[in-house]
Amino acid sequence: MEHPVLFLPMLLKKLGLPVVLSADEAHTFLQKLLLPHVIYAWLLMLVFILIGWKVGKKIEVVPAKGQNFFETVLGGIEDFMIGIVGEEGRFIFPLIATLGIFILCSNYMGMIPGFYAPTSNLNTTLACAIIVVVYSELVGIRFHGIKYIKHFTGPVLWLAPLMFPIEVIGHLARVMSLSIRLFGNIFGEELVLAILFFLAGMYLAPLPMMVLGLFTGFIQAFIFCVLSMMYFAGAIEEAH
Amino acid sequence: MLRRTGLLTVLFSLGFTALAFAAEEAGASVTVTGLKFFSWSALAAALAITFAATGCGIGQGLAVKGSVEGVARNPEASGKITVTMLIGLAMIESLTIYALVVALILIYANPVSKLIQGFIGLAGH
Repeated sequence: MEHPVLFLPMLLKKLGLPVVLSADEAHTFLQKLLLPHVIYAWLLMLVFILIGWKVGKKIEVVPAKGQNFFETVLGGIEDFMIGIVGEEGRFIFPLIATLGIFILCSNYMGMIPGFYAPTSNLNTTLACAIIVVVYSELVGIRFHGIKYIKHFTGPVLWLAPLMFPIEVIGHLARVMSLSIRLFGNIFGEELVLAILFFLAGMYLAPLPMMVLGLFTGFIQAFIFCVLSMMYFAGAIEEAH
Repeated sequence: MLRRTGLLTVLFSLGFTALAFAAEEAGASVTVTGLKFFSWSALAAALAITFAATGCGIGQGLAVKGSVEGVARNPEASGKITVTMLIGLAMIESLTIYALVVALILIYANPVSKLIQGFIGLAGH
């Protein structure tokens, strides 16, 4: 399978930057910095920062179009989050909302021809998963102090030597499960689209799979956020 | 009788493929013997997805069955039931995705393949 045609790396290559399209050929640090998934993640960051800055410049009491849309979306996410995490978990809302919107938009960017989804690369999803898991452990330590160990020891005291390794492995497995679930869904979707395009592109065969891809893109972003909220809720609440 | 026929068919086809892999035993060069690694990898990848998709189909079918019965009993709760069902479906599907990732690793990013290529004399790039 040859390299796909990606617009932004092509543009940057015309500007003279050392851009390679696959990780095997990237040797210098600048080449690794300009891989497609990094470039498109930066594009998303730029789009979000611009939109946030522009909409947040003038906030009125009676909201206009742009502010109304974002208030609805973010208010919906926040109410849903408070339902799962509880009132004390309000401070994690920026992380959850940013992750959710970032993952949603990068999943949908994979459907646009000429663009590449950053989440179809294991590095991006692993970064998101590591941030969530490490932050949830730190939140647990901040809320409970040294008593956070009680979350790992299980219900009864004499079961602790058995439960402790199992719980630690379970918490470490959260990183793998979060990252590989998202990566597998988006990369698998892209692989199926590429194969269908190669097999029967003239007959518009990839189109039903693209509709499925829109659906699973939304579901995967939603699931990532819901699972992150549940991990935070588990860290904040009292141990059983 | 019908059920056993299906099982016997599957077993026979697998047996035939194993025979095909072992067919070049007599006078086989190192290259041919080493290349069997890739044949077995392809079979392993296909079997991984087969069993994973079967289990996923059954599991997700049970999840949808439970949620549809819940909505039928109590149509007002359909919003919450749908959200819970989608969360459960994504959890079940993620197990199949793990199997898919293993299959993709076997086909595309097999860590042993360079070693095998070195053994059988093909220039590994």
